[in-house]
Amino acid sequence: MARVIVDVMPKPEILDPQGKAVTGALRRLGFSGLTVRQGKRFEVEVDGEITDERLAEVREAAEKLLANTVIEAFDVRVEA
Amino acid sequence: MTRVGVVTFPGSLDDADAARAVRIAGLEAVPLWHASDSLNDVDAVILPGGFSYGDYLRCGAIARFSPVMTSVIEAANKGMPVLGICNGFQVLCESHLLPGALIRNDRRTFVCRDQKLRVETIDTVWTNAFTPGQEIVIVLKNGEGSYMADDDTLAMLEDEQRVVFRYLDVNPNGSRNDIAGITNAKGNVVGLMPHPEHNVEPLLGPSLDGLPFLASVQSFLARV
Repeated sequence: MARVIVDVMPKPEILDPQGKAVTGALRRLGFSGLTVRQGKRFEVEVDGEITDERLAEVREAAEKLLANTVIEAFDVRVEA
Repeated sequence: MTRVGVVTFPGSLDDADAARAVRIAGLEAVPLWHASDSLNDVDAVILPGGFSYGDYLRCGAIARFSPVMTSVIEAANKGMPVLGICNGFQVLCESHLLPGALIRNDRRTFVCRDQKLRVETIDTVWTNAFTPGQEIVIVLKNGEGSYMADDDTLAMLEDEQRVVFRYLDVNPNGSRNDIAGITNAKGNVVGLMPHPEHNVEPLLGPSLDGLPFLASVQSFLARV
């Protein structure tokens, strides 16, 4: 079974309150100069071999459900 | 009698309150179930507040693909009045019946307050009983109510007078252009973060400003 990774991140121009909260907590813990943006990682187990068609399907799934492209960008890659 | 459907998703919280508000306004409330694609011959639909499907993935993202929403989207595109309240607004955005999206409040806390709003347009199915520019108070309670859209979408909404409600005095969540609610091009679909179903009885809130929403849809349907 092959695994495809879908990373979903808030678009750069969209405020990321969760990332801001994490950034603030890191600063309070003494970690300086670390700015965090928080997204989501989906690990998709794909039955059978990964073909271009299969990858296109995962991309379609990401576009349709996993990400909301109004506020988020996504990246699809095969796990090495 | 005008039949107003109220959808219950797993995790809906305000479906009973919405149905009660419909009855208090003198209309018939019809329960609709997320797993059925039947709209049961209703004249209008309310998508209530709550946390449909646990807000998993994104608020409204799973609910948008439920069987009932397939029927709601089809009916809305044919002109049926649809009102999305809070989580219902999020579902409407995920369904692309309304543009934009709602993200976590900029102050990162859940906000619960009596919120002053301005009615920016009465040219919708759900707001024709107000007066233009009327200032109203409606309960607001949410964690993810910050309205986001790109500059072009915002300009379009403003140009076409599709911003229906704007926050007054305080922008409680970082919404762009102080937007509390918007409508589609036809004016039959309205979504807003505040909860008009909680402002229908003197005992429960500082205003009865939720009632004109239902008077609006009733007078619209009487004219059709």
